[in-house]
Amino acid sequence: MSATLGTGSLELRGLAKRYGEFVAVQGADLMIAAGSFLTLLGPSGSGKTTILMMIAGFTEPTAGRLLLGGGDITALPPEKRAFGMVFQGYALFPHMTVAENVAFPLRVRGIGRAARDTRVRATLDLVQLSGFADRRPAQLSGGQQQRVALARALVFDPALLLLDEPLSALDKKLRAELQEELRALHRRVGRTFINVTHDQEEALSLSDEVAVLNHGRIVQKGAPAMLYEHPRTRFVAGFLGKSNFLHGVVQGDGTVQCGPWRLHHAAPPAPGTAVLLSLRPEKIALGQAGDNAIEGRVLSSAYLGAGHAVVLDTPIGPIRVHQPAWRAAVDPAIGTTISMAWAADAATIVEDDDAPG
Amino acid sequence: MRRGDMAARLRRDGGWWALLLPAFLLLSVFYITPILQVLAISFTEPEPGLGNYQRIATNLSVQRVIWTTLRICTITTALALMLGYGLAYAITLASEQARRWWLLCVLVPLWISVLVRAFAWVTLLRRQGLINQTLQGAGIIAEPLQLVWNEFGIIVGMVHYMVPYAVLPMLAAMREIEPRLLAAARGLGASRGQVFRQVFFPLSAPGLVAAGVLVFIFSLGFYITPAILGGGRTLMVAEWISLQILDLIRWGLGTMMATLLVVTILVTLAVFSRVVNMRRLFGGA
Repeated sequence: MSATLGTGSLELRGLAKRYGEFVAVQGADLMIAAGSFLTLLGPSGSGKTTILMMIAGFTEPTAGRLLLGGGDITALPPEKRAFGMVFQGYALFPHMTVAENVAFPLRVRGIGRAARDTRVRATLDLVQLSGFADRRPAQLSGGQQQRVALARALVFDPALLLLDEPLSALDKKLRAELQEELRALHRRVGRTFINVTHDQEEALSLSDEVAVLNHGRIVQKGAPAMLYEHPRTRFVAGFLGKSNFLHGVVQGDGTVQCGPWRLHHAAPPAPGTAVLLSLRPEKIALGQAGDNAIEGRVLSSAYLGAGHAVVLDTPIGPIRVHQPAWRAAVDPAIGTTISMAWAADAATIVEDDDAPG
Repeated sequence: MRRGDMAARLRRDGGWWALLLPAFLLLSVFYITPILQVLAISFTEPEPGLGNYQRIATNLSVQRVIWTTLRICTITTALALMLGYGLAYAITLASEQARRWWLLCVLVPLWISVLVRAFAWVTLLRRQGLINQTLQGAGIIAEPLQLVWNEFGIIVGMVHYMVPYAVLPMLAAMREIEPRLLAAARGLGASRGQVFRQVFFPLSAPGLVAAGVLVFIFSLGFYITPAILGGGRTLMVAEWISLQILDLIRWGLGTMMATLLVVTILVTLAVFSRVVNMRRLFGGA
C-alpha cells in the first residue's frame, strides 16, 4: 500500500527545461525535507508549474536530476513515481462516482476489493465527505470536488503530494476555509506537500517553506516569515506583500543618503555602496518619533476598517504607509503634511533585480 | 401589452415555420405518401390480410434472407467499429496538422461513388485479380481463393464503405475527453493500458454505441455493394426486395420485407435513443 520508493527528502539538482529557444526553468536547485510543506510561488510564466510537472514526471527535464531519498528518479514515468497529485481543475473522472474516483489509484495497483473499500472510506472520512460516496463529480460543489481530488491523491499513501493551484478555482471565502483544512490535513497525514500557486497570501499561510520563482529561476527560498522580513531581491519584496523602495548611497558615518535625508540603517554595508532599501508600509508609523523621521503630504488615504492605507508625497516620490486605525496618533486627512518615522532595523537592503510584480 | 408580444412572437415564429412549408409539402406529397401506399400493399396483395407476414415464420427463403442480412450487418458493424475505433484513436492522439491529413484520408472514400468502389473491389478480389495473382506468384496458394461473389466479398466492400461513418461519431466523442483526465490517471499510478481501459474507453463508449447504431442501420438497407460483390448468389434484404418486385412481380412479399426493414430501423433507433444522445449521431451539438 505504501509508496514503492523511499520516502526521504526530494532533491532537485540543476533541473532545467527548455522549449526550443524559450527557457521555462533554468537550473533549479531545491532540497525539500520529508514531511514539509513547500510552495512554489511565482507569477504566471515563472516556471513554477513546469517544475511541478517535472517532479510529477509529466514533463521531461532538458537537464538536471531529480532525487528521492537519494535515489535517482529522473527517468521514471509518472505512474512509477507514485506521487499523489491534485490537478488544476481537479480532473475527476466524470464516469465514476466519488468512491470510484478515490478507489482508482488502489484499483490500478491491484488492491483487493475489501482493502480498497476500507481505505476509501477512511480517506473520505479524512476529507469529511463520508456521505458523498455514491455521487458523481458533476453533482458536487467546487469545494467538495477539491476534497475528492485530495482524497484521491492521498488514498494510496503517497510519499509526496503535488498540488497544482488547488484553490484557484474557488471563491475567496471558500479558499480561506480550505487553506486551513489543507494545513490541518498536512499535519494529520505527515507527508511532503508541494504546492504551486500565484497567490502570495496562500503561500505564506500554508507553507513551511516557500520558493519564489521569477523568469524560470528560483529567486529565494525560505520560511514565510524569513522571506517576508528579509527579501533578498526587489522582486521578492514586491511579490510577497507591498513595499516601498528607496535608492540611496552609504555614507562614511554609516548612514544612507537618500534624497535630502540621511537614514539610519541597522546593518549598513561599506561606505560608497549604492543600496536599495525595501521598507514595508506597516513598519512606518505616522505622527510618531523614530530613528528615521521625515515629513510628507497626504496624497490619498483609504479607510480599510482595521487601518488606513495612506500614500504620502515626499521629495523622493510617493511612500505608502499602513497605519492601524484604532487610536491612531494622527488623522491622515488628504492635503495635510504629517510626519512619519521608522526604526533603523525596519528596512531591508535588497538586490535590484526586477520591476516589482 | 402581453397580447401584443404574443402576436409578435407568433408572426415571427410563423415566418420561420413558413420557410419549412415547401419542403414539408414536397416530402409529404412525393415521398411519405407513396411510401405509405407501398407499405400498405403488403397488407393487400395478393389478398387482404396478414398472409405476407405469416411467411416470416413459414417461408425458408424469407428466413434465410433475414438471417443473411442480420449476420452480414452484424459482422460489418463489428469490423467497421474495430477499424474505426483504432483510426479515431490515432486521429485523436495525432498532432493538429497530422489530424487534418488523417481526416482527409478518412473522408476521401466518401466522395467516390459506391459503384466505382464496388467494381474496384471486384477487380482486386476476383480469381484473376491482384490479390489472388500476388498470392499465387509468391507461391502461398496453389488455387485462387474465392474472395468475391460470396459473403466475404460483400463484407469487405461494406466495411470499406462504413469505416468513415464509424470514425466520425467516435472521433467527436473522443475529442470531448479532457486530456487532463488521462494525465491524471497516469499520475495516480495507472499504466498506459489501464488509462485506456478504465478512463479513455468508458468515456468514448457513447461514441462507440452511436457509431454502431449508425453503421448497423446503414448496413441493413445496403443494395449496390451486396448486389455487385455478392454476384447474385448471396442475397441481402434490399436486393431481395428488388428481385421480388421487379423480376418476380410479387409486390405483396416485397413490400412486406420493406415494411419489416423500416420497422427494424425505427425500433433500433428508438431503443438506442434511450442509451445515447442521437443528436450527436446526426450532427447536432
